[in-house]
Amino acid sequence: MTLRESLRVAMQALRANRLRSALTTLGVLIGVMSVVLLVAIGQGARSEITGVIEGLGSNLLFVLPGDGEFGAGPQRSNFEVEDVERIDRALPGPEGRAAGSLVGAETVQAEGNRFNATVFGITEHYLSVVDRTIARGQSLSASDVATGRRVAVLGASSAQTLYPGQDPIGRTISLGAIRYRVVGVLERVGSTAFGPDVDSQVLIPIGAAQRLFGSSRVDSIFVRAESALGIEADRDAVRSALAERLEEDEFSVVTQDEIIGVVGDILQILTWVLAAIAGISLLVGGVGVSNIMLVSVSERTREIGLRKAMGARTRDITRQFLFEAVVLTGFGGVVGLLLGIAAAEGVAAFAPVPAEVTWWSIALALGVSVVVGLVFGVLPARRAGQLDPVAALRHE
Amino acid sequence: MTTGSAGGPHAAQDAVPAPEPEAPLLTAEDVTRVYTLGRDNEVHALRGVSFSVDRGEHVAIVGSSGSGKSTLLNLLGALDRPTSGHVRYHGRDVRDMDDAELARLRNGSIGFVFQSFQLLPRLSALDNVVLPLVYRPGSPGERRDRAHAALAQVGLADRVRHRPGELSGGQQQRVAIARAMVTEPALLLADEPTGNLDTRTGEEIMALLEELHRDQSTALVVITHERDIAARAERGIELRDGLIVEEVAA
Repeated sequence: MTLRESLRVAMQALRANRLRSALTTLGVLIGVMSVVLLVAIGQGARSEITGVIEGLGSNLLFVLPGDGEFGAGPQRSNFEVEDVERIDRALPGPEGRAAGSLVGAETVQAEGNRFNATVFGITEHYLSVVDRTIARGQSLSASDVATGRRVAVLGASSAQTLYPGQDPIGRTISLGAIRYRVVGVLERVGSTAFGPDVDSQVLIPIGAAQRLFGSSRVDSIFVRAESALGIEADRDAVRSALAERLEEDEFSVVTQDEIIGVVGDILQILTWVLAAIAGISLLVGGVGVSNIMLVSVSERTREIGLRKAMGARTRDITRQFLFEAVVLTGFGGVVGLLLGIAAAEGVAAFAPVPAEVTWWSIALALGVSVVVGLVFGVLPARRAGQLDPVAALRHE
Repeated sequence: MTTGSAGGPHAAQDAVPAPEPEAPLLTAEDVTRVYTLGRDNEVHALRGVSFSVDRGEHVAIVGSSGSGKSTLLNLLGALDRPTSGHVRYHGRDVRDMDDAELARLRNGSIGFVFQSFQLLPRLSALDNVVLPLVYRPGSPGERRDRAHAALAQVGLADRVRHRPGELSGGQQQRVAIARAMVTEPALLLADEPTGNLDTRTGEEIMALLEELHRDQSTALVVITHERDIAARAERGIELRDGLIVEEVAA
């Protein structure tokens, strides 16, 4: 019996039980679809988040509180504004390469419009260090920062919410009970699903933010290296500058690539976990296939006996039933794959969650669905092949 | 005695020695078959049966229910192996054949006709007749041509697309006979072929079997409990309690 013949006989049997075949396939189909979709979402999240970090511009060093061990909880910052200045002085070349920020949330309002904004208290060079540009008006000046003057720069969305259709420059906004004069509006960055919505920030001098949030600290410090080659030298300079005042475990200096690496690894693990969870549903689908094939074998005992009397070898019968199982799961795999891709496209188009279908999830889903058919089809198929023709023919 | 030694699909067939002109088609030599149903519960279905069937011969095996005739049919059909003794086809012992060789023997040399027809209900008459051809080399078109010819031979040329459920009992048995004959077997084994049919249809089926047996010089072994069916054969073998009690030439 040729392979094509086995396939034809298998298809014939499956067509004879259309509804049952369809329902059995559905289990595998849903499994494959979830693998493709969930992996796409995990993968999409990964590239989105690394994209956000990359969007801060390359050659950036992050000075963060704590010893930088992942897994440790958030650390309280011991940085102060003078640390930012000390770092800037310690770095080779012209000043203006280091900046600090203090982040908090506050209700912001203007003329009856209000929303909860992420408020950034920033030092003088913050915008140039993190690569943001002013669209209109001006940035916070050295004296604004030095004196903690009550002036603000708005993200593009913030400006639109507070002064829709108007130029906010020169107008006032209120943070809590305190009024600030708007001096500039930032260029729009565009929203992302996972990163902070940088367009709805409100930026004020760090001194003003410290008063607002009742803090004397700086959360994090950013350093822009002049080139990729200068990063290590800058890192050493930052370390020795901070070591003058802080213990070694109170701060860590990491590069953008290191953050992308670690975050990327975490999200890759997340993707695998999602794939594994979806894989469980594929497994359940496989058990369903096995179950139905066993039912099918016992229903068709007489057919098996007859085929053996007509000259089918054990191998022919085993192959016929194995093919049925693989056709069921393979069909489920292909349709599940197409639906999974369609669902991922749908998610990417209509939901804020990005989704990226990867080649390996396609290969995995198809490969696994065929393997599931083989693995879960073997037992019923062997049972069919080994039936005694005499008993099988007499079976009622 | 040769055993299947080569691995190729046709090697074992070649290993079957070319039969001498006068050698019987099949011989049963002191055949016993014991079924063990549980501890200390053995059923001796056949207790030592010897006979032979020549090429082109028409033999009836008669016996009441429980006489061992179904067991004998299974052994003659190479569906089962004897507990002791020998069943030989073309001089070759069935006990020395592996699964693939037995399958090839059944496919190439034996055609089965059952009391209950044993047609696959979801297949058309044509596809039912194609069934044994699937297990041998050949193109799909060639198989269908042969199946068409076999159905025409049993008078069902106009029923090839019908499923078994759409055919009368006599027509279903005709499809089964076409299926048995499409491989041009040396032996046609009919197990109570008229058992599920009325007398007139049964008569027609017997006439058809005998016609095919004559025209194609196929040996015909009919297993029956009906004396008048047995009387039509050239030779009758009567079984009782697992033993041959009488062997009569017509």
